[in-house]
Amino acid sequence: MATTLQPPQTKLERKTRPNDGGIGGGFRLLVPEAGDLRAVADPKGEPTRTGIWVGLAAIAMTFAALTSALYVREGAATDWHHIVLPPILWFNTVALIASSVTLELAWKQVAAFMRGQISSRSRAMLWLNLTLILGLLFVIGQYVAWLKLRAQGLYLPTNPNSSFFYLLTGVHAVHVLGGLGGLSRVQLKFRGIAGPLRRSTMDATSYYWHFMGSLWLYLLFILWLKL
Amino acid sequence: MGGKLFAVIVILIALASAVPIINHTFLGATVAPPEDISTHGAEIDKQLDETMVEAGLSFLAAQLVLGFFVWQFGGRKNGPLKNFPGGAKYLVIAALLLVGAEAIALGAMGTKAWAKVYFQPASADALPIQVQAGQFAFYFRYPGPDGKFGGIHPEKIDEGNANFFGLDPENDIPARDDITSGELVVPVNKEVHLMMHAKDVGHSFYVRELRIQQDFVPGLDLALHFTATKIGKYEIVCTQLCGLGHYNMKAYLSVVSQDDFDKWLKSQAN
Amino acid sequence: MSQTSVQAAHHTAPTGFIRKHVFSLDHKVIGIQYYGLALVAVVTGMVLSWIMRIHLVWPNSPIPGLQFLSKVGAPGGVVTPEYYLSLMTMHGTLMVFFVLTNAPFAAFGNYFLPIQIGAEDMAFPRFNMMSFWTTFVAFCILISAFFVGDGPPLSGWTAYAPLSAVGPDSGPGQGLGQTLWGLSIFVFCIASLLGSLNFIATTLDLRTKGMTLARMPICTWAWFITSCISLLAFAVLMPACLLLILDRIAGTSFFVPSGLNVSDHLQPHQGGSPLLWQHLFWFFGHPEVYIAILPAIGIVTHILINSMRKPMLSHRVLIYCMMAIGFLSYMVWGHHMFLSGMNPFSALVFSFPTLMITIPATIMTLIWLGSLYGSNLRINAASLFCLGFISMFVSGGVSGFFLAQPSIDIYLHATYFVVGHFHMVMGVAAIFGVFAGTYFWFPKATGRMMNETLGRLHFWFSFIGTYCIFMPFHYLGLAGNVRRYSAFTDDFLVPLVPVHKFITYAALFTGAAQLIFIFNLFYSRFKGAPAAANPWEATSLEWSTPSSPPPFDNFAGQHPVVYHDPYQYGVKTASGADYVMQTSPEKILTT
Repeated sequence: MATTLQPPQTKLERKTRPNDGGIGGGFRLLVPEAGDLRAVADPKGEPTRTGIWVGLAAIAMTFAALTSALYVREGAATDWHHIVLPPILWFNTVALIASSVTLELAWKQVAAFMRGQISSRSRAMLWLNLTLILGLLFVIGQYVAWLKLRAQGLYLPTNPNSSFFYLLTGVHAVHVLGGLGGLSRVQLKFRGIAGPLRRSTMDATSYYWHFMGSLWLYLLFILWLKL
Repeated sequence: MGGKLFAVIVILIALASAVPIINHTFLGATVAPPEDISTHGAEIDKQLDETMVEAGLSFLAAQLVLGFFVWQFGGRKNGPLKNFPGGAKYLVIAALLLVGAEAIALGAMGTKAWAKVYFQPASADALPIQVQAGQFAFYFRYPGPDGKFGGIHPEKIDEGNANFFGLDPENDIPARDDITSGELVVPVNKEVHLMMHAKDVGHSFYVRELRIQQDFVPGLDLALHFTATKIGKYEIVCTQLCGLGHYNMKAYLSVVSQDDFDKWLKSQAN
Repeated sequence: MSQTSVQAAHHTAPTGFIRKHVFSLDHKVIGIQYYGLALVAVVTGMVLSWIMRIHLVWPNSPIPGLQFLSKVGAPGGVVTPEYYLSLMTMHGTLMVFFVLTNAPFAAFGNYFLPIQIGAEDMAFPRFNMMSFWTTFVAFCILISAFFVGDGPPLSGWTAYAPLSAVGPDSGPGQGLGQTLWGLSIFVFCIASLLGSLNFIATTLDLRTKGMTLARMPICTWAWFITSCISLLAFAVLMPACLLLILDRIAGTSFFVPSGLNVSDHLQPHQGGSPLLWQHLFWFFGHPEVYIAILPAIGIVTHILINSMRKPMLSHRVLIYCMMAIGFLSYMVWGHHMFLSGMNPFSALVFSFPTLMITIPATIMTLIWLGSLYGSNLRINAASLFCLGFISMFVSGGVSGFFLAQPSIDIYLHATYFVVGHFHMVMGVAAIFGVFAGTYFWFPKATGRMMNETLGRLHFWFSFIGTYCIFMPFHYLGLAGNVRRYSAFTDDFLVPLVPVHKFITYAALFTGAAQLIFIFNLFYSRFKGAPAAANPWEATSLEWSTPSSPPPFDNFAGQHPVVYHDPYQYGVKTASGADYVMQTSPEKILTT
């Protein structure tokens, strides 16, 4: 496997980096001779990464609280009517997990572009767009699941199971929409529209997105187990 | 100057604070628990007294030491700096040992008192009485000669017709002889098993002299048991914020002799 | 461009009034904004408490002007029982959330944490700005409850279900007012989470060269630990408020059981658990009170060390104690629920860690006291409030010892004993920490000194006044005086009214004395004596900024290097000073 890397193309740098007041932080500024993206420290990067872990801890705590609410409510209930999970949930799950895969692929392509290994953004954009589409499919699919429940006469207040179903999927979907927003922002930055794309931003967004996927797997398990 | 003034004031405040605790009066009012008329209250009172002594001594010691040190070292300019003998180590150990021991001792003592109220169920021959708390009154129900309570039907509650519990005597036979009262009348020295039901929101049952307090939780079957040891009239007050009439929500506990109780019950049945 | 200047050109100086003073990214401006919001909230909350206290002892007297706030709640100015409870609910909500979480933590922390670690700003300045303005929105939503429908909710700041969950049937203010309350707190949680995130990332990642975690001043540690607690606590309150709102407007039954007949209306809910609300709320609520006190502990310790001209007996032990308190705070929430109907065995389980929290609190107190010994304690307004804090912390802490025991709680629960306990620790001690911080850091934030005479006067009136208010609460509690009553009509309460009168006079007097502080604050801002760069001869980084107030990026493009531990007081130096600043390369002479 060839490991010699071409040095950063300085001409490209000047053309594509807008005048951002010297804030810097684009990958190209920080590539050392060795060239491996993962090894590059991004001076402003650490807080963003710490920040996302802290934020994910808070989100995890919120869902822990909702889980305990579910358990307590089930424990106290004489009116626990099991519901059948709409099959579309499985399709949604596949879509979300696939989107994590496509995001990782996109990450690799973005990194390759930033290192100057490839000169075209198109492959990275392809995977990024696929991720966005899959994520959107997930949210739409969740809405379809809601419609299916409503067709069975199960609304938010109908019984505690339905309440928790709408609650857990709804709160998760809101956070996924936030993740879609973050991904769109990354895409805009990659295209050079909204400022330079820092590695830490890319990392943070992808950690968040993968967390949404894992969280969904956990919620699916709980929904299947309890509801 | 400020230091010495602080020292004097904090010591005065500490001593002044202790006076009503020792005298049990403040501005002419009695500020201590009333006489205990229960069979389990003695442990609680003992616990309270022990805690008061330990907490009181800690309070006084801390405030006095604070005052003393500020007197000595407040405003001191350029004196030689000294460290408290032993530094932090002995203070940490002292705190661990003293507080730890206090906490464990009181915890152990308190478990006994708590167990007497909560871990022992009511005895089999306790007098069953039901209490319903609703905005903003307590109502009590005695089972009558059949010894059984009729069912509660919330939709049948009709305060205007004195159907406070929502009983259905037409269709529900045990309900027919139930006796409803706005006053809790109990015989002295007889254990009472008080079953608690909340009609609308959260309430609480508190009788200072009996040393009992328990929240009503809508949807939960909770109960208290107690034995009153002194004849008299005592106030039952609500202690869980329940709405605008919370301050006014009360009933009377009348502890009477067994004879008087039987007479009262008979008169209510008619 | 070098790596460090990448960080330095983090953001350029703002221009224009809006960017500089309104929608500012500068953590210092945001800190002042939080302080200002807390000031408005505390004055509002205090006025509410005056109205409450006046009503309690003179129930039929009209309070002039109140009828304009609410024709229904205070017809002719006389407070109705329901309006008393609404005022009480707003008093508690404003004080706990908008004063005690905002002032010691968000205000002082935002202003001084970045400077104390040598950073230019918080890690996420835009999140920081969002966090303040979201808090402001939450405040507006809360205050709007005064002006809508039938007024603010009456369920207390604890909003227990089903009273808070069934809607207008349970009482006036329980319609729109309660929903607005839930929404306000929900929004407040978002703001708090953003703020905590910022504090944590900043502390971990933006420390300047030489500033190891061990070299951070103790108030920085306190803010950091508080933000960790706050992150997890508010993350639980948020879903709780969401569930409450859903129960109210979407017909769900998370907290409302079946078969409730409220005001002759059968409620449609089925199978919910009121205790679930209590568990969720207090899981947040107990850490919340430590969120209120820990920053004050940090501020007071920091100032006291400077005033004593010697470090505490052990910096490390104090930090471990704060961590222990933070950790234990998550295990004790059930001590608010001993009599709630939860399993009585749980009461004993919760009682044990509650009693154990006494240990780190006692260790800290003993270290404070022990450190005073042999010090050269300077007496000024700031240090007086620190000493007052210690006194109040002891008083309030000691009464907690009673309440931690379930058997004693049987008698004291829901009495004024509890109210006395939490007012002493939160309403006085934590506020004294805020006062101490204000007098101490005012010269750095404004370049002027506050008036010392007025400061001392403010202290003496407040110290004596608050003892006169809150010590008698404990006596009332021992007599069994139930709390949250709008009037004292029960047989056993009538004899206690003279005590309440005494308290009301003390409250009005102490409240009036706060005007001295407010006057001092605003007067000194414009006319105070110009301050030296380091008027207290202090060691931490905030006193090494090139100006007071510091420039927008704190250190004018320089990156301070830290050479020393935070509290090098009482040392021998070549220059003859008894202290060495953290950023001074000067070596400490041994002997």
